[in-house]
Amino acid sequence: MLDMRLYMAQRLSAMAMGPFVLVHIAVMIYAIQGGLSASEILSRTQGSVFWFLFYGLFVVAAGLHGAIGLRVIAHEMLGLKGWSLGAITWGFGIGVIYMGARAVMAVTGL
Amino acid sequence: MTAMRKITPSEDATGTTPVLRVSVWRGTAEGGAYEEFEVPQQDNQTILDVVSWIQQYADPTLTYRFACRVGMCGSCAMMVNGKPRWTCRTHVKKVTEGGALTIAPLRNLPVIKDLAADMDPFFDKWVKAGGHHHPSASRHDPMPVITSETPGRVEANAGIECINCSVCYASCDTVAGNPDYLGPAALQRAWTLYNDAKEADREAVLDRVSGAGGCHNCHSQGSCTLYCPNELDPLSAIAGLKRASAKRFFKGGR
Repeated sequence: MLDMRLYMAQRLSAMAMGPFVLVHIAVMIYAIQGGLSASEILSRTQGSVFWFLFYGLFVVAAGLHGAIGLRVIAHEMLGLKGWSLGAITWGFGIGVIYMGARAVMAVTGL
Repeated sequence: MTAMRKITPSEDATGTTPVLRVSVWRGTAEGGAYEEFEVPQQDNQTILDVVSWIQQYADPTLTYRFACRVGMCGSCAMMVNGKPRWTCRTHVKKVTEGGALTIAPLRNLPVIKDLAADMDPFFDKWVKAGGHHHPSASRHDPMPVITSETPGRVEANAGIECINCSVCYASCDTVAGNPDYLGPAALQRAWTLYNDAKEADREAVLDRVSGAGGCHNCHSQGSCTLYCPNELDPLSAIAGLKRASAKRFFKGGR
């Protein structure tokens, strides 16, 4: 079910998400320690190209990784193949990226 | 004074022969059910001995497969108490659970009849993974000297004792969920060829194991290595194929 391209897409997206997760958690802890409110955090992220790229790439990596993983589970556990397997893969991936992109736009205002 | 009666190996101290309660799967690809047998227990007895006793003394219609009886040919593998085993080298005492045995045909393969599984899908995938050698020289060329210490030869040697018993294939949960997956034995063979300096086209080996049913589907659960009766390590061989194909990907290959 996984060919070379899907395998590499899943592994590379996992590699990308590792540092994203660590930086995200570290920044959250740092921000809370400093006693920043949600509106104060948002005032720092609005208009930031850095956070737009950071969370934008994070969302794309999560959408890719999750969709490919779900594709394997759907095939091995539910026996899906053909168009139904493609629909689950693309539907889940596009859904995650769409919802994530909305969140990124809201946080960065770009 | 009365003479002590000698106890034969098949008897216990009470003079009765202990018996094994054996459930044997009977049927064809269309369906079947377990049938119960009582088999005399011996001190030294393999699972194949138990199956043979049933066929010779209880039901001559029982179908099963064996050839060498010494762990060389890979013919006699079956599921024993839910685990794949080479039955000719599996001692009853090591695998019985409360004096009971459940014997079934190999998992992940179609059933021909009773305990004989259809090995065609297993060997078809062995061929699909390119299991045959592609010579890089003719008989007229000089024989290249390859020492056993060469790193590639060490990797290749690690897998060449495979007897194609299909125990790894039956143990693999990825095969169970994904019928197109080539499976541990075929992929280990491909890794052996990839490391063989005399293989004509090692890149083609990677091509054959990088498709939709290839090595990248392995979840690294390791049942193949756990159950391999020859203590081979298909899990590491598959990991080697993943590494080699990933390196080629980063170098701009396929």
